[in-house]
Amino acid sequence: MADLSISLAGIRSPNPFWLASAPPTNTGYQVQRAFEAGWGGAVWKTLGEPIINTSSRFAAVHYGGRRVAGFNNIELISDRPLEVNLKEIRETKKRFPNHALVASLMVEPTRQKWHEIVKRVEDAGVDGLELNFGCPHGMAERGMGAASGQQPDLVEKQTMWAKEAARTPVIVKLTPNITDITVTARHAVLGGADAVSLINTINSLAGVDLESWNTIPHVGGKGAHGGYCGPAVKPIALNMLAECARDPRVNVPMSGIGGISTWEDAVEFMLMGATGVQVCTAAMHHGFRIVEEMVDGLNRYLDRKGLASVTELTGKSVSRYSDWGELDLNYRVVARIHQDTCINCNKCHIACEDTSHQCIDMLTGSSGRPYLQVREDDCVGCNLCSIVCPVDGAIEMVELPAAAPMLTWNERQRVLAKLGADSIEAEAVEG
Amino acid sequence: MGIHHSISDDPTVPAAFREMVPPLSRAAAAEESNRCLYCYDAPCIKACPTSINIPSFIKRIATGNTEGAAYAIMDANPVGASCARVCPTELLCEGACVLHDTSTPITIGRLQRYATDYAASEGLQLFAPGASTGLSAGVIGSGPAGLSAARELARYGFNVEIYEAKPVAGGLDSTGIVSFRLPQHVPAWEVEQVEALGVKVHTGTRIGSTISVQQLLDRHDTVVLAAGMGYVPPLGMEGEELDGVHDAIRLVEATKSGRMPTSLAGARVAVIGAGNTAIDAATCSMRLGASGVKIVYRRTAAEMTAYPFEFEFAKQEGIEFAWLTQPMRIVGDEAGKVAGLECIRLEPDGRIGADGRRLTAPVPDSTFLMEVDAVVFATGQQRLIPLAEQLGIQHENGIPEVNPLTGLTSNPRIYAAGDILQGTGAGEATVVSAAEQGKRAAAAIALAFLGESYPDFKREPSSAKAAGSVQARLR
Repeated sequence: MADLSISLAGIRSPNPFWLASAPPTNTGYQVQRAFEAGWGGAVWKTLGEPIINTSSRFAAVHYGGRRVAGFNNIELISDRPLEVNLKEIRETKKRFPNHALVASLMVEPTRQKWHEIVKRVEDAGVDGLELNFGCPHGMAERGMGAASGQQPDLVEKQTMWAKEAARTPVIVKLTPNITDITVTARHAVLGGADAVSLINTINSLAGVDLESWNTIPHVGGKGAHGGYCGPAVKPIALNMLAECARDPRVNVPMSGIGGISTWEDAVEFMLMGATGVQVCTAAMHHGFRIVEEMVDGLNRYLDRKGLASVTELTGKSVSRYSDWGELDLNYRVVARIHQDTCINCNKCHIACEDTSHQCIDMLTGSSGRPYLQVREDDCVGCNLCSIVCPVDGAIEMVELPAAAPMLTWNERQRVLAKLGADSIEAEAVEG
Repeated sequence: MGIHHSISDDPTVPAAFREMVPPLSRAAAAEESNRCLYCYDAPCIKACPTSINIPSFIKRIATGNTEGAAYAIMDANPVGASCARVCPTELLCEGACVLHDTSTPITIGRLQRYATDYAASEGLQLFAPGASTGLSAGVIGSGPAGLSAARELARYGFNVEIYEAKPVAGGLDSTGIVSFRLPQHVPAWEVEQVEALGVKVHTGTRIGSTISVQQLLDRHDTVVLAAGMGYVPPLGMEGEELDGVHDAIRLVEATKSGRMPTSLAGARVAVIGAGNTAIDAATCSMRLGASGVKIVYRRTAAEMTAYPFEFEFAKQEGIEFAWLTQPMRIVGDEAGKVAGLECIRLEPDGRIGADGRRLTAPVPDSTFLMEVDAVVFATGQQRLIPLAEQLGIQHENGIPEVNPLTGLTSNPRIYAAGDILQGTGAGEATVVSAAEQGKRAAAAIALAFLGESYPDFKREPSSAKAAGSVQARLR
């Protein structure tokens, strides 16, 4: 069994699976149940000035008969008095001294407010702080959450204020509702952040009811945008994490968040630079027990890979993530259909014929049996056929020997620029 | 209408005769429909004699458009609700499903039932009659073929009247298929759908007696002969007239008419024959309270014509099989009641018949008496030779001679479809084949009487393709 324990900027936890700051971490009762179930850490639901929540808060996107491909919420931060939360934090930490207990914080952007809350929360015994600069709805209308998280200078300044008072590590939670997340990540680092966590939820409207024409969800016939999370956002989160991971100026540990539902998702986030991960939707969908499957799967994966510690995963794929201009234009793959596993659903044919490069033929063999075949000379290696194929392995993307040595777009442009410069020079000489 | 008055709601129908297969729940239908791959050029469509666009109707169920699903089904097959229950799907659409190779085939029949049940329970009228062409069509028989032809002709703008000899419309769907597989309300709804297009159904009206053939031909521009077949023909076996001898078709018909025969309660029953009707008669007998039912067949399981799943069903119902057994005569008691069935044993003699099946020969001195109280004959159906004669069309032993693509008989005004053509190689003796033949005859009539510019009603893509290909072949 590998060692699953991690330390995120000094915050230690027995495994990399934390509950994100959200409805599952609203109370001491819940967080203690979560720790009993096996979660390594929890970020307490955001503390701040008490608010009032609406009734009707969540909605989900179901896809193809599967529930909760994506999840949307318009719930705000904790609606319980700060003293109650602090008392329960103290009790929880006492009962679970070895688990990571982090307080998420959100206050008005003033130095005094940040100093006050940091001090009170740390006195309750938390292991670290997470500054919520990401909540996209409600709080943002009051100048907090994503509203401050979208302004790099405010991110930097508030981080600095929190750090002035903090004795425990400070994590800055970033909003994805921004063009380039590395900008705010860099400013969090400039403000002194010990770590960043990403992503918070994405602005969303879950749907519109076809019969009533109300928004989903609606509050008495009116709706407002919420925050989107769950499996559907994973690729967006993974990219943002990877962009931060490969930016040398974001040189702090990262906590990965966004659609992590399985141990496999967690491994992907860690390979792309996360030290640990935070989960919410999967727990809301299945209960805290889902962590058992995550821990067990991760354990067996690490054993299979011969890794002694989960920390060995962190960042292993970052160097493989680059700019488009650095990709080899001479690399070539083509689709190949394995006749022994193909079931002749013809989905590859129609996908290629209608929407890609028209290179999969529907043919009939000498025995009268229909079969599908790729004209490899016309195949551009787009992968579409293998994506729509319902049978694993029936369509293989095969690497062909390169016809020419590696050449990236950037290299090509450099060569062309040099040739251009030379010819101008030559013209000048000739002229 | 329809499912609101389902047979299972009728307290007079004994539990044993109510539909066995439960409907799919909404959740189960959603799950199953989402499993469909939505194949392109799908093999299930090609395997369906009526070319229902199966991936399309399943996608419509999956996307909350159950009415659209019912439309796609019924557009291609006017008896699609019955077919959802009685089609040999293992041999047709489900047998062709590509998921055979990776997991389990989609349960297309049950999804088809889900969609058509929805249309029936919601009281939807799926189709509208075409603009009147002023032409009139008479249809003999209201079974799958006749109903299908009538529905299509009404959509082409014909004024259509159906003549049904029996008191109830629907043909074998209403009278000949056991109600625990096909309850009465299903064909009744299909008939209602056709009647709603303005088609008049004259039940209890036998062509050749109630109305003469001449009257029929005088009344209509064109006639579709879809009269099916008759009851079980007499074999000329000694004892056939005894009390306790039954005709399988009449037996099933009685159970479907609401007059449950009581004479089989506690009886030992022998069923002669090994086709699907024999299985129906045997399982019906069991459900009527027979103490034991034996299917007597002169060949073996390998040669029986019943579908494999019917054979399995019979075994599960506790039916016994006496293979290689030839009934010789029915023995009666003093009161003229059946007391036994005298049989001899047979054995394969090594010869192979012209049809590839093994031939048998009697085992010497093997005569024995099977003690039974009732004998049911399920040895085929009679041909309607007099009707063919009266219509004056070319026929062989009652089977009209037709163009196999169109059903056109030797009389250019008369087309034939359905079981009446059985034996000509025009198709399987299935409800779905009969429906397709009815559809094709209607298309051929429209082409013949209205010309190439006949008004084609809006068609779903798949059936438009099918109809188009029929037209192309006709031209």
